[in-house]
Amino acid sequence: MRLLLRLAAWLSILITVGIVISLLSPALQFFAEVSVVEFLTGTRWAPQFADPTFGVLPLVTATAWTTAIALAVAVPFGLGAAVYLAEYARPRARKILKPILELLAGVPTVVFGFFALSFVAPTVLREWLSVEVGTFSILAAGLVMGVMIIPTVASLSEDAMSAVPSALRQGSAALGANRMQTSLRVVFPAALSGIVAAVVLGISRAIGETMIVAIAAGARPQMVTDPTMEGATMTGFIARMALGDARVGSLEYNTLFAVGLLLFVLTLVVNAISIQLVRRFRQEY
Amino acid sequence: MALHTPAVATRQARLATGKRSKERTPTSILFLALLWFSLFVAFATLVALIVTTIAQGADRLDARLLTEYPSSRPEEAGARPAILGSLWVIGTTAVLAIPLGVAAAVHLEEFADRRHWFNRFIELNIQNLSAIPSIIYGMLAIGTLALIGVGNKNIVIGGALALALLILPVIIISTREALRAVPRELRHGSLALGATEVQTTWRITLPSAVPGIATGTILALSRALGEAAPLLLLGALVFISFDPNGLLSGFTTMPIQIYGWTSAPQAGFHELAAATSILLVGILLVMNALAIVIRNRYQRRW
Repeated sequence: MRLLLRLAAWLSILITVGIVISLLSPALQFFAEVSVVEFLTGTRWAPQFADPTFGVLPLVTATAWTTAIALAVAVPFGLGAAVYLAEYARPRARKILKPILELLAGVPTVVFGFFALSFVAPTVLREWLSVEVGTFSILAAGLVMGVMIIPTVASLSEDAMSAVPSALRQGSAALGANRMQTSLRVVFPAALSGIVAAVVLGISRAIGETMIVAIAAGARPQMVTDPTMEGATMTGFIARMALGDARVGSLEYNTLFAVGLLLFVLTLVVNAISIQLVRRFRQEY
Repeated sequence: MALHTPAVATRQARLATGKRSKERTPTSILFLALLWFSLFVAFATLVALIVTTIAQGADRLDARLLTEYPSSRPEEAGARPAILGSLWVIGTTAVLAIPLGVAAAVHLEEFADRRHWFNRFIELNIQNLSAIPSIIYGMLAIGTLALIGVGNKNIVIGGALALALLILPVIIISTREALRAVPRELRHGSLALGATEVQTTWRITLPSAVPGIATGTILALSRALGEAAPLLLLGALVFISFDPNGLLSGFTTMPIQIYGWTSAPQAGFHELAAATSILLVGILLVMNALAIVIRNRYQRRW
């Protein structure tokens, strides 16, 4: 009985090992044919052309842009929502507002993608704001992705702020600070480690998000210099490539895993940074 | 409990100082307006998303959607295989992920020595797994299928494998929280009456934690139901004109079908995508509501 339970817990290690092996072995075959330097510094991504080139930077720039736009939406609005819920909202308002935010988090990402394609790009951006975007754009995908991440940032940072002891707030109020000053100068710094963790989780979700960019960001891999362009992100490329029928072991198939490995390493690095930052800013009460 | 929320504490502290006017300075009013605006952005988007999807899809949300197979003509097409495929995949996912996740959580929470480096390593690893992009799990699944020599990757069990591994960390983490909420005294009482540790876990701790486990599991499954990225890698975007009928059957699912129709050029397919989205979001809403009801009604406060 206990042995079975232990095996179940060990399975999680096996999953990690499985991920590493299943990414690494095709990726190594890929790097036997394409040099790592060419892969990481090349600015032209054309793996399916007769004269293929494998510079991954176009995919990386697209991912960087969508992530940056998503964060520009999710961090201010997510933190704003968190401060309101933790410091201002009465218990009853909180009880209604939190489940609605959770609802937003529960919408499938394909539905968000469809929303970006059918409403945000043509109506909000082109008609209302007269931004020159095509059917597909980094901007529309990034904005919708940002709204998708608001609940993640909001709920984790709200937890962190609620965990700050009330004595700190009372002390601040006793010294004559109003609620805004207390929130910004006492609660926010005290909850910083949790807030940083929330933002970093938001970043790794933005990097890994697939369906929104696959639907709304476009498919043309190009160096993205302007958010109204279309572009293929790392995840967008994997999704599109997966639709084709790449034979196991072919260079096309291995390309998929090389990009997957890069994605995996990126999220691992982001996570490691998060763990370090959380340790650094942690306050014990 | 409600009396001690930070908002209430601040209000009490503020009342005690007898000054209210500080809260009315222009900057703090502007600040509050910005906070309201943050919530407004989130809620307005949610409303816009629901309204535009219903506006586009309501006309096609009819019996044909449930009974017809995909077709190259939008007016004749339906999502029947995708709906059945989702049921098959999610059912199989539940069968795979729930026992494993609960077992792992019970081990880590009830039996494992938490100071041992290996168990700490497992914990860190589970945290990391939960932050890995979902599409990577699709790559793990095709890697595993290739390893055991299965040539055809578009099979129900392959999709379920990807989704089960994806939600396993979520189930483990929420089950552990549910187990942690069961007070120690219950376990001690059982042990004092002569029950073994395994008996205590099986008959006392686990049953007390069932509402919490159920809530976490339903939320995890609803995430799997809405997930599309890993299944794309398993070739789930295929034209299926039969009812999936077993673990080795070919499949597509609702999110994948929505993606497929979204990429089609004709407007008729976009209506179908919207109609299927309404259905999918409806199912997810019911699952979420169920989780909240279980949490509120059955969860005991000790």
